[in-house]
Amino acid sequence: MFENLSLLTLQHYWWIIVSLLGSALVFLMFVQGGQTLIYTLGKNDKERTMLVNSLGRKWEFTFTTLVTFGGAFFASFPLFYATSFGGAYWVWMIILLAFVIQAVSYEFRSKAGNFLGAKVYEGFLFINGLFGTVLIGTAVATFFTGSQFSLNDLNQVNWEGPARGLEAALNIRNIALGFSVFFLARILAILYFMNNIDNDAIFIRSRKHLWINTIPFLIAFLFFLTMLLVKDGFAVDPDSKMVSMEKYKYLHNLLEMPVILVMLLIGVAGVLFGIIRALIKKTTIGIWFTGPGTILTVLALFLIAGFNNTAFYPSTFDLQSSLTIENASSSKFTLTVMSYVSLLVPVVVAYIWYAWRSMNRKQITQEELSKEDHVY
Amino acid sequence: MLQSIDWSLVDWSRAQFALTAMYHWLFVPLTLGITWILAIMETIYVKTGDPEWKRLTKFWMKLFGINFAIGVATGIILEFEFGTNWSNYSWFVGDIFGAPLAVEGIMAFFMESTFIAIMFFGWNKVSKKFHLASTWLTAIGANLSALWILVANAWMQSPVGTQFNPDTARNEMTNFFDVLFSPVAVNKFLHTIGSGFVLAAIFIIGISAWFLLKKRESRLAFRSITIAAIFGLLASVHLVLTGDGSAKRVAEVQPMKLAAMEGLYDGKEGAGLVGFGILAAKEKREAETGEEFIFKFEMPKVLSWMAYGDANHFVAGVNDFKNGNPERGILSIPEKMQRGGIARQALDDYKRAKASGDTAKADSLKGLFSDPEFLENNFKYFGYGFHDDVNYFIPHVPITFYSFHIMVILGFGFVLYFLIFLFFASRGELQKRKFWLRLAPWVIPLPYIASQAGWVVAELGRQPWTIQDLLPTVAAVTRIDSGSVIVTFILFALTFTVLAIAEVKIMLSAIKTGPKNEGGTR
Repeated sequence: MFENLSLLTLQHYWWIIVSLLGSALVFLMFVQGGQTLIYTLGKNDKERTMLVNSLGRKWEFTFTTLVTFGGAFFASFPLFYATSFGGAYWVWMIILLAFVIQAVSYEFRSKAGNFLGAKVYEGFLFINGLFGTVLIGTAVATFFTGSQFSLNDLNQVNWEGPARGLEAALNIRNIALGFSVFFLARILAILYFMNNIDNDAIFIRSRKHLWINTIPFLIAFLFFLTMLLVKDGFAVDPDSKMVSMEKYKYLHNLLEMPVILVMLLIGVAGVLFGIIRALIKKTTIGIWFTGPGTILTVLALFLIAGFNNTAFYPSTFDLQSSLTIENASSSKFTLTVMSYVSLLVPVVVAYIWYAWRSMNRKQITQEELSKEDHVY
Repeated sequence: MLQSIDWSLVDWSRAQFALTAMYHWLFVPLTLGITWILAIMETIYVKTGDPEWKRLTKFWMKLFGINFAIGVATGIILEFEFGTNWSNYSWFVGDIFGAPLAVEGIMAFFMESTFIAIMFFGWNKVSKKFHLASTWLTAIGANLSALWILVANAWMQSPVGTQFNPDTARNEMTNFFDVLFSPVAVNKFLHTIGSGFVLAAIFIIGISAWFLLKKRESRLAFRSITIAAIFGLLASVHLVLTGDGSAKRVAEVQPMKLAAMEGLYDGKEGAGLVGFGILAAKEKREAETGEEFIFKFEMPKVLSWMAYGDANHFVAGVNDFKNGNPERGILSIPEKMQRGGIARQALDDYKRAKASGDTAKADSLKGLFSDPEFLENNFKYFGYGFHDDVNYFIPHVPITFYSFHIMVILGFGFVLYFLIFLFFASRGELQKRKFWLRLAPWVIPLPYIASQAGWVVAELGRQPWTIQDLLPTVAAVTRIDSGSVIVTFILFALTFTVLAIAEVKIMLSAIKTGPKNEGGTR
């Protein structure tokens, strides 16, 4: 079935899959957002333990999505993997370190003999929540703002940015997306806690902090979105494959691909609706709107970065070195094989859904935690 | 390109990868093995309804949980290090290598992480049978993860199912099933998970023996030892058999590694297997008439038989590869360097002709890369064209030799060890055998050493290749200042070490606490 598709179609198909994984990852980073709120929302040990355990049952899911996002990107667009990870070395290394210290913190935090003490592991969780979100957001923003690199005729990367990727953090547009992701992750976490934990004090504090995080999120995100729509973009000539700057490229992409425009609008509306509903009513369902809204919004952003003859990983140093879904992809054979593997994704989603539904029937309470064998 | 290469960069990049891989491998084998043992114990619980089995399962599950997270933590770095530190590699073979990593994520990691959560948190939330199924699925998921990454590793050792594309300057996959079912991959997978099974069994026996000595939880300890000894015995026999299979594959696809494993410098017919020995100094070993060993215990003809199934078969040595052996049809390294150099030059010429618009020349050069003769005589040695020092293409013999022998000796020892424990258990004499009970906790580090040694053989024994004969480390590494890699190396080394200390301390504390009484709070 996939054999009959053209290479270009397969490249588009895989860009959609990678984008979907990326947007699922941003949604699941509510775990990271939550990790920065443990002391804000939890005022005593019991409350904090509830918060940590509520997140602790989901952290691996976010982690696995990040790993799969990396693996899928490697398999489908290996030139991106080689160029960005090898080039923007320091950004990715800091992100990785932030995830290494996260993985153990839940398991070790409350255990006897844990060497560093609970506070340090909570500190690790905070560091992961802060750097994980801000830097991933900053790195993704370079899909629109570009990086300084060149490729030789063997496709080997030379990174021209002196700080090996950290220079991206000097660009205000990149940072704006970084902070958008950070505050969005916190908003999602608050809505998740309101849904997942049965505790009045946490619920009341959550609603208060929803306000506090929504305002900076809106400022950062609207700034990024406006800059994106008015900025020049990296256009690819469909025939000559030459890359050039085009005014309002990303705005054009949205207008020329109305489905994505609608997706973006529904996504943003979903995000806002979930927040507003939780602000004006004592409801637990905000996450069901803001979560899917996040996925749609991020998906739309990824799609306008790569579709409609756009370079998704542009080089500002040498425009012609920019990566497109055509020149960065795997061969037709590999994409075809991988497309068959992708048919497993709905099965995976189905069993995850089933498993979590059977686990999450009841909200987390202090009473439940006291009966639990495996407490973080 | 080589003129500007910073050797400390290559070395530090290798060191960083080795550090991450070895730390990762400190934690993964226990997961691979203990998940099956948990599944077996829980199955007995569900079948018999005896709550003691549930208690037992939960105790080992707790230790498993402590170990699991740190394996995950070190694993994520490995995946991304292919990009960060080996970016040229990532492009050169990403078309093949990326696929197993993606399949691993989609097929295995999600399975493992979803069902592990039910395994840990689901005791009071889902039915007994669903919980049991989750425990089995966690074991399957963990071992499936191992399958895919080992397929990827095996492909680096024996690159099959691929063709070079001069336009993209990379290798492209031509047959997925050749990659998945390559004999090297199959053996590697079975052997590697087998080492995890053995390690988990020894871990359980060691800790249970301590409980018996302390006269605590005797019944649980006895049950654990019985299950672990049976499981371990089967696994250790499997380990020996697949080890034999692995050696045959090495003889076939990486004969230089085999020579290094055995410290064999001058090839011979009816070569003996060195049971153990001490290598002579480098100059003596490499001298033409020199002695390779200060002392050795050798089993005559066994190496020829083991590697080729024929006691008189010729086994080539390091010098045969270095200097060539026309009689046996072995090319010298300089000859391979020259042939590989031609292939590299052809690629450069093609790129230049294409850039200058000389289509006739470009077409004829491109044709070379699908010409069977050129592929066999030149492209096959492509990687040799990246360096002009013969010694660069010879692995470190002593490290490979000693690692291999430590692994093999311990491996055979484990079979005996399980037999002894099974014998005592079957006669109900475990409590009386104080010597063995005292020894057992101290045996726990040995499978860790054996397993790490196995990876040292596999990875150092194939140096300098990241992709056998096609891409040496020097051409695979990311071009970055070595200072950055040194800093990240130190950061990782410190982080991993601190976390490993914490892990061991928590583990010891959890062991001392022992199994929890059902119904109580912690």
